[in-house]
Amino acid sequence: MAGEIGHFALILVFVSALMGATLPQYGAWRGNGFLMSFATRAVYTQFVMAAVAFGALTYAFVTSDFSVINVASNSHTLKPLLYKISGVWGNHEGSLLFWVLNLTLFAALVAMRGKALPIRFRARVLSVQSLLVLGFTAFILLTSNPFLRLDPAPLEGNGLNPLLQDPGLAFHPPMLYLGYVGLSVAFSFAIAALLEGEVNSLWARWVRPWALLAWIFLTGGIALGSWWAYYELGWGGWWFWDPTENASFMPWLVAAALLHSAIVVEKRDALKSWTVLLAIIAFSFSLLGTFLVRSGIVTSVHAFATDPARGVFILAFLALTIGGSMALYAWRAPRMAPSGLFGLVSRESALVLNNIFLSTFAGVVLVGTLYPLIMEASGAGQITVGPPFFEFAATVIMSPLIVALGFGPFLAWKRGKIGRASQALLPAVGVAVVAGVLLLWSDLGGTLMTAFGLALAVWLMASVMLEIAARVKLWSAPSGALKRLITVPRAQWGMSLAHFGLGIMLLGMTVSETFTSETLTVMKPGDTADVGNYAFTFTGVAPVPGPNYTAVRGFFEVRKNGDLVTTLMPEDRVYSNPVTNTTEAGIHSLMSGDLYAVIGESAGGGRWSMRLYFKPFISALWLGAFLMVVGGLLSLLDRRLRVGMPVGRDRLQLDGGR
Amino acid sequence: MAGLKTRKQQRLIVVSVSLLALFGSVFLVFSALNEGSLNLFYQPTAVVEKQVPPGRTFKLGGLVEVGSFTKDNDGLTYRFVITDCETDQPVVFRGLLPDLFREGQGVVTEGALDETGVFQATNVLAKHDENYVPRGTMPTSPDQCTHPDGGYAQAESSR
Repeated sequence: MAGEIGHFALILVFVSALMGATLPQYGAWRGNGFLMSFATRAVYTQFVMAAVAFGALTYAFVTSDFSVINVASNSHTLKPLLYKISGVWGNHEGSLLFWVLNLTLFAALVAMRGKALPIRFRARVLSVQSLLVLGFTAFILLTSNPFLRLDPAPLEGNGLNPLLQDPGLAFHPPMLYLGYVGLSVAFSFAIAALLEGEVNSLWARWVRPWALLAWIFLTGGIALGSWWAYYELGWGGWWFWDPTENASFMPWLVAAALLHSAIVVEKRDALKSWTVLLAIIAFSFSLLGTFLVRSGIVTSVHAFATDPARGVFILAFLALTIGGSMALYAWRAPRMAPSGLFGLVSRESALVLNNIFLSTFAGVVLVGTLYPLIMEASGAGQITVGPPFFEFAATVIMSPLIVALGFGPFLAWKRGKIGRASQALLPAVGVAVVAGVLLLWSDLGGTLMTAFGLALAVWLMASVMLEIAARVKLWSAPSGALKRLITVPRAQWGMSLAHFGLGIMLLGMTVSETFTSETLTVMKPGDTADVGNYAFTFTGVAPVPGPNYTAVRGFFEVRKNGDLVTTLMPEDRVYSNPVTNTTEAGIHSLMSGDLYAVIGESAGGGRWSMRLYFKPFISALWLGAFLMVVGGLLSLLDRRLRVGMPVGRDRLQLDGGR
Repeated sequence: MAGLKTRKQQRLIVVSVSLLALFGSVFLVFSALNEGSLNLFYQPTAVVEKQVPPGRTFKLGGLVEVGSFTKDNDGLTYRFVITDCETDQPVVFRGLLPDLFREGQGVVTEGALDETGVFQATNVLAKHDENYVPRGTMPTSPDQCTHPDGGYAQAESSR
């Protein structure tokens, strides 16, 4: 029954999206207030119906209703409840339904929070959002219906891929999806602005929180996915430049560029058409990511199923959305009022530089991701673009970005003075150079690149701290500094925290990549292996039962200078449905780094193969990502206080004088 | 230098910096897409046909031949044969095999041939779940292959 209700609700989403996409747009064109006001109702209806459909599917998963094909092939009665629920979006059909639910949720939030928006503009935004819902709902109904029945119903389901039965991965997809879909709001605002022919600082004020929210979710989602890879895949790596990772990284880069350029539009009324273009590109990357992942054109753990009909549909949708919006941009953007002026050395210029580097990097990652597809299509054989390409590009493009990032916040709007900024930043240069030279001088064995990476990280962190110091006038008037520190607006703290987080992340990457100690060995109980400054003693293995798996658990006592630090317990799990092995690394985080052990298999005679690591500073990666998320949230909270009713001149402008 | 320019000058500067970035990145892409970062993907038959020289890194894909899998006494070195049902390619790998490595199933390995024609793998990537066959591991004539556990055929039909 629930299946039919869900299916019916989904059809209602489709119908109301069809009406919501067309009628208000027509009304906005003809100036018909009744048709325009329909947009809000359509959006609310879509959200309620999508929630019903999603609820119905969740119900089928929780109650293990195996008469629904989707449940039968992706769930199992013995699965813990958390993974029954995460199984809803852990498959192709369910994940698309989740995507639609998020689209409608965000549209409903825009409708709710956007009561102050001019009615015609709001109608246009919401109808573009409805158009996106329409496309995705059509895709689900035509090619990927999660509510199809199975007769007779099997007694037991196939189970969820055990690799995905993990708390990190239960929340990784929804976070990423919220990020992808959050960018749809920026997209809808951009299209509406193009239709209206008007972009102003109020527009940026509306778009920026959404871009920021999307970026926060993307950051969190990517970090969770990378953390999962680190402890679950069992070889200590955290980023592989896999096409599907790139598919989430590209929108992240463009969203980062967007939320910076929107500041320029908001504060200085400049870079308007560029920001609109970025909003379109950001969402296009989200769609491209979906295409890459869902069509099965690239292979990875994410490619659930390969079905040509789906690939063709998504490709057509992609071409329509991107092609259509770009054509609209080419037609309408030149009509927009020219942007404000700024000097060559100014905050605006620094942000332009940020945008150029970030979008260039996104472009290069795109080339690297699509290159194998192009080569194969042109008959040049199968090829993969490896990490060296992306690492080289990241070094070349991101290094100048980070150097410039130190200067940016020190430059004034409109007209800055590079001399004054350099003077203020002199201590940061000093600390960075000293850190780099010390590393090369010491006997730790770092390369020139390590020293360079370390210096960059130190430079960034030092410059952020100097900026805070300058803001509270720590040097010129130290007595009132503490008081001024309290009054620093949250958005400023947000920026500083996010930038500082980037520095910490860079530090973690550089140090962990260079100084990881690794041993591949075979040990029998009682043997000891030295990894870095730590002695790992293998004390034996024991079988351990789990809810839907059995595991072999290895025990390692880790000592430093004879003192017991911790006992690591890596596992090799065998899941029963479907029968699959997974590796659970044993990890213990210290201030100085992670102790990391993976157990392999029995090598006979009580011996076991294993891989042991000491990964210095690796936690800095997740800490950096966490700081970025917190920084983003702080900035978002600050904005909530300032985005209010558009009053006076702004409102009239956005209304187009009506 | 820091003074305000006219709108035209400003646009000229922004456009030329963007073009510079564009050309720079095109140059970057072409200089970085070289032997070190590109991995060619071959099946055993192609390895013979292309006469891949020893020491050249590439990816080798195919099925793990049933009955070919052995483990050395050190407990860490594995030997197996990757086949595309026409040509067999012996492979040596020292390390921990991925959880989903099985005989009769598709696998992708990274490494290079040694002087004796054995593929020295530095990395073995097995498929991530039972519904998914790594791309390019499908033999051109799969019906000639034998799989007691139905590994390959089963994976194909359950898609």
